[in-house]
Amino acid sequence: MSNFDQSALLLIILAPLAGALLSVFLPRGRPNDAWYFAIFVSAITLILSLLLFARYDFSAGGYQFARTYEWLDAPLNIDLSLAMDGIAAPLVLLNGIVLFGAVLISQTIKHRTRDFFVLLLALGSGVFGVFVVQDLFFLFFFYELAVLPMYLLIGVWGSSTDFGSFVRTKEYGAMKLMLFLVAGSVLIWIGILALYVAAGQAGSPTFSLVTLGELSQSGHFGPDFQNWVFPLFMIGFGVLAGLWPFHTWSPDGHVAAPTGVSMLHAGVLMKLGAFGIIRVGMALLPEGAAAWMPVLIVLGTVNVIYGAISAMSQRDLKYIIGYSSVSHMGYVLMGIATLHPVGLTGAVLQMFSHGIMTALMFAMVGAIYERSHVRDITVLNGLMKRMGTTSFFFAIAGLASLGLPGLSGFVAEFMVFTGAFRTYLPLAVLAVIGAALTAVYILRLLARTFFGEADPQWEHLTDASPVEKTVGAAFVLILLFVGVWPAPLTRVINVSVESALGLF
Amino acid sequence: MSGLTDNLYLLTPEFALAGLAFLVFAVDLLLPEERKHLLGWLAVLGLLGLVVLSLLLLPGKEATLYGGLLAIDGYALFFKVLFLGIGVFIILSSIDYVKLHLTHPGEFYGLLLFSILGMNLMAQSRELLTAYISLELLSFSLYVMVAYALGNPKSNEGSLKYIIIGAFSSAILLYGISMVYSSLGVTRFEGISAALSSITDLRPALWVGLALIIVGLGFKLAAAPFHMWAPDVYEGAPLPVTAYLAIASKAAAFALLLRLLAEAFVPVGDRWDQWQIIVAALAALTMLLGNLVALAQRNLKRLMAYSSIGHVGYILAGAAALSPDSLLGANGIIFYLVGYSVTSIMVFAALIAFFNATGQEEIADLAGLADRQPLLAMAVAIGLFSLGGLPIFVGFTMKFYLFTAVANAGFLWLAGLAIFTSLISLYYYLQVIRQMYIQPALAAPLPGEEDNPDNEHSSAEHTHTPSHHLPHDDYEPLPRPPAALLAVVVLGLIATVALGVYPAPLLELVEAASAAILPGG
Repeated sequence: MSNFDQSALLLIILAPLAGALLSVFLPRGRPNDAWYFAIFVSAITLILSLLLFARYDFSAGGYQFARTYEWLDAPLNIDLSLAMDGIAAPLVLLNGIVLFGAVLISQTIKHRTRDFFVLLLALGSGVFGVFVVQDLFFLFFFYELAVLPMYLLIGVWGSSTDFGSFVRTKEYGAMKLMLFLVAGSVLIWIGILALYVAAGQAGSPTFSLVTLGELSQSGHFGPDFQNWVFPLFMIGFGVLAGLWPFHTWSPDGHVAAPTGVSMLHAGVLMKLGAFGIIRVGMALLPEGAAAWMPVLIVLGTVNVIYGAISAMSQRDLKYIIGYSSVSHMGYVLMGIATLHPVGLTGAVLQMFSHGIMTALMFAMVGAIYERSHVRDITVLNGLMKRMGTTSFFFAIAGLASLGLPGLSGFVAEFMVFTGAFRTYLPLAVLAVIGAALTAVYILRLLARTFFGEADPQWEHLTDASPVEKTVGAAFVLILLFVGVWPAPLTRVINVSVESALGLF
Repeated sequence: MSGLTDNLYLLTPEFALAGLAFLVFAVDLLLPEERKHLLGWLAVLGLLGLVVLSLLLLPGKEATLYGGLLAIDGYALFFKVLFLGIGVFIILSSIDYVKLHLTHPGEFYGLLLFSILGMNLMAQSRELLTAYISLELLSFSLYVMVAYALGNPKSNEGSLKYIIIGAFSSAILLYGISMVYSSLGVTRFEGISAALSSITDLRPALWVGLALIIVGLGFKLAAAPFHMWAPDVYEGAPLPVTAYLAIASKAAAFALLLRLLAEAFVPVGDRWDQWQIIVAALAALTMLLGNLVALAQRNLKRLMAYSSIGHVGYILAGAAALSPDSLLGANGIIFYLVGYSVTSIMVFAALIAFFNATGQEEIADLAGLADRQPLLAMAVAIGLFSLGGLPIFVGFTMKFYLFTAVANAGFLWLAGLAIFTSLISLYYYLQVIRQMYIQPALAAPLPGEEDNPDNEHSSAEHTHTPSHHLPHDDYEPLPRPPAALLAVVVLGLIATVALGVYPAPLLELVEAASAAILPGG
């Protein structure tokens, strides 16, 4: 194994964290320096994530790039074990891409810029960590690290929304998000402790996912235990995945957040929740998972329908995307709950695809809001005339989200539906109806806001800046690429999905 | 049994500490008023010298002095260094405060040194009466220190409450000790455990005695439902004394409690299993009450008082998890005490610096601190995130360790409750962080307000008068804090992060300390 393979995973976690710590020492009041430095750091992680994805050997499958660093020995037995499998690989890549894009887009942050990038990079480090650790302590450590900066990122740099009769302040959005997510992690933490105690009773107290998996396979976790611990993880992680009815933080949080943070949060962070259900819940508690999956698929279907209906009734661009995220995360949860190889592969692909397209949407909405200071779709009109590129990119993302063939969303949703049709036919039908509802609100939005009559009050708007165009174009290309040729992703995902489902 | 004077040299640090206190008193008489702050530096140097002395003299030494009253072991050494260290940082944080706000600095530092002596002896006591006397040495010093803000009626009120409740709880403790002695005929910890193991049926008097000891210590720890004194005392006391109460006196009381439980009760076996539930119930009540009532606080000191009650609850949960064959619980408690001390010292040092510059101590007064003095805001924010249990700070790691120990001892429900109350605590910590980072800085007080320094700065008042708010770029920066406070804050930041990401070296020391009192583990 080469040196790169040995240390790449550690590097990809430490690079943003070290970048964040170093940024603290940058001089205040020179916003561009902080931005350049953050670009530099996130470029490193982007390259690392590309290399990791490219070097993941999908014919061999399993966990690769494994490396263990001792951290605490007995009696607690915690190691920093790192490894990446085919489910994590596309998500690592996704985080690399979206983090880089979010940093670029955040050029417009001019107030306390340094602090902003410190927090943004710390968040990125946490996300990478969750995807690649093999130890519950560190999984939870990085999970919390990804949640922690959100409060300040939204509270300080976010924006409030005026609904006329009431105002949703950014403080409200930040606090709601924080409390929901930490409440979710309360459940996760209790679940982790329950696993540790159960492993201790089986003779090997440990937080290691590998050892716990072995204990689980050798039948040390009884059905009763699995049946009460799995829902802790399902709901705990589900909160972050936007699981209905615990999703209400998500639109408020996304809307209040500044553009770059919305991109990362809707694009990557919500995937941590779904990933946690797969990595911890399904892998360690297969019997509990099998027993609870009917509940999860029903909730997932509600997510799809409820999110779509809510999005239809919104007038704020960001709220529409926020509820659309809730709806699309529903497909991810449904795909997981099918416990079917095609459905689960579709779920992971949907995580990647939704991550890119929602980040793209938020980036473009950010560009519009930056210039017009309005997000109300009844006020915005005919933007295509003034902000052609921005509108075009947004339209592509919108079409991907309603599942237009040729774009990534279609492939992912089609796989989820296939899995669902084979397992829960009635719910699959409902989910397809949900996809139709998506078409309604997306097309209505595109027709009115972007392709409608040009309104003279928006004549002063300028099109996207070069940085915004670059990010937009790159994301559009990814959506097209995955839509036309998903094999590079699916073959990597599939190999690990097969082994994950081997437990069932 | 060894003679009374054998191995007395092992107590050199204690004798020297008492000598240092008298030296400070003596030098105080010679120094002119404007140079009295040098006394603080003298005390700091002396304490650092004692740390070095202890580390040279004591490692590896195992002895019991005065026929079983005082222990010289790894546990005592660990806490000795911890207490001396806390003393150093508290004095460094208070030098400027004392210079600005307090009279009679000589007595202040001298009393502080005596209280450290009391704490050291508390960690060493292996006998109830010795423990009681050490505790009183600490308490009496604190009674005076709480009253140190002479002109401030709140300080006097707090001190009076503290003395009355303190004397009351001492009486209860003493009464409990006497009943235990009348039932068992011993007061030494190991004697108690031997007697408890051999007696088949426990007399009611013994039950009452043990209960009274728990109640007495509960008062000293400010564990619910014996916590009522704490908020008023914390609020009235001068800020460095509040810090000292919240950090050092808590750590010392737990050092005493941990040794008492580990040496007298945990080895008893079956009976300890029954008593664990009492400690667990006390812990549950304390963490719920502290964290819930903290939600309603507007004054920083009162907030920290209730927050510290919450933390006492967590540590008590660790005490319930002590077990004769695992060090996990004891490790967790000691690790938590260290992490809590490090984080709290940093927070309090930053608050002291803020108070020195502004004279304010309401939560709402912190508005805009991130712009006015970024380093202080960062220290308070990181400290509160750490106390709230978020990574990469020590608060996350210590909570994870302690709660794992609690769950592992069969108290998963208690660990769950602790995790849940941590979530509650995050809410009120975030309120403070919100003031510093999100709220804009407040305008200078209006002329009418300036005339009246006692004016209550309620947060409601500020939020309803938007004219007080200035735009972000029009704030009044605070002066840079003096070097001593700056050093405490920066060292605190480094330690908070370092212990959070790599606690292994500390935990090795912790494990050696807990192995000294729980040999079975």
